[in-house]
Amino acid sequence: MTRPEMAGPGKTAITLAVNGTSRQLELEPRTTLAEALRNTLGLTGTKIACNRGACSACTVWLNGQPVLSCMTLAIDAAGQEITTIEGLAHGEALHPVQDAFIEHDAMQCGFCTPGMVMSCAALLERNPHPDAEAVRDAIAGHYCRCGTYPHVVAATLAAAERKP
Amino acid sequence: MYDFEYLKPKALAEAASILAGDGDAKALAGGMTFIPVLKQRLNKPSKVVDLAALGLSGIKVSGETVEIGAMTTHATVAASADVKRAIPALAKLAGNIGDEAVRHRGTIGGSLANNDPSACYPAAVLAMGATIVTNKRRIEADNYFQGMFATALEQGEVITSVVFPVPAKAAYMKFANPASRYAMVGVFVAKGPKGTRVAVTGAGQNGVFRHKAMEEALAKNWSADAVAGVKTPADGLNSDIHASAEYRAHLVGVMAKRAVAAAG
Repeated sequence: MTRPEMAGPGKTAITLAVNGTSRQLELEPRTTLAEALRNTLGLTGTKIACNRGACSACTVWLNGQPVLSCMTLAIDAAGQEITTIEGLAHGEALHPVQDAFIEHDAMQCGFCTPGMVMSCAALLERNPHPDAEAVRDAIAGHYCRCGTYPHVVAATLAAAERKP
Repeated sequence: MYDFEYLKPKALAEAASILAGDGDAKALAGGMTFIPVLKQRLNKPSKVVDLAALGLSGIKVSGETVEIGAMTTHATVAASADVKRAIPALAKLAGNIGDEAVRHRGTIGGSLANNDPSACYPAAVLAMGATIVTNKRRIEADNYFQGMFATALEQGEVITSVVFPVPAKAAYMKFANPASRYAMVGVFVAKGPKGTRVAVTGAGQNGVFRHKAMEEALAKNWSADAVAGVKTPADGLNSDIHASAEYRAHLVGVMAKRAVAAAG
């Protein structure tokens, strides 16, 4: 895996490990991870909304931890395991949090949903049996202009009960 | 964001030398403030020197001190059993910075180098009398903070760790802006090897400051009642769309009382 010590200005070859696959890209150092995922790799599940770290719509996992991909340089993510919403399901089988979001109508327009799902799924990875307070804390950085928060909390608690 | 040359050195000396040799080169820690600044084109660095590969992350606890590596994330400090045991107030402070995703990238060194007037860590560093360790020297907290976004750091100087003397009592209370989670007012109180100290963040026009009147009151009588009688002048405090200087002055008293009560 390349981990460049020097790059740019201008396009540079980097390798990103995205959803278990090694991807070669040519990027300027200023490219954010969110831009690389969406514009270069076509993984448009990750959303860019505020683009300044205030809304969490762009949340992905870096080595299993939720981070803001709009606030991370793609080149800085080289050598780390990146997981996006596209990598959460196993084939046709949705992640328990995704299933629960559907059952509980935990989305309306859906724009904040991929980020919300990534944060809620990460919560269940480190705390398999959270209470409502822990879920609210996990999604504290997420904006949902449709106001689906109570459904997101209910869905995540339901997913926790179902998870083996 | 303007394009730049990106460097990720593996040795501290190399990073320091690049930063020292080029006044337009900037260090990147967690990026939670720096990347938005770059996006707004408020800064046009020639080089961005990523400090992530220098091995500056980690927590060491001895009997009397807690040393936190500069690149240690807020989430790591918040979750550390060692920090929770030695200085629970510090773990709690770290766990209430920003939001979960921010805490996984933002670092203590980045926060202190930036010295945002509403950041939480400066209050802890100043109240506990911590020492900022750099590649060049050790800087006492009282000499480190030099006003809003200003510090004692020189060009080419990189924070490597922060050493906190373990206090007997300590607590931090913040009145957070509900959107940004930055402190509209945050008060850290501590009684320990460096004395009885009170540091206020979020309120002062020149950034974090020590509240000497409260320190004197608490040195005589460590109780919430002791700070309740201390007036905080509104002069020199921030006034903005979120709160007037007078309201912030009031909040300093409220947060101080709560902090002393929480510290026990």
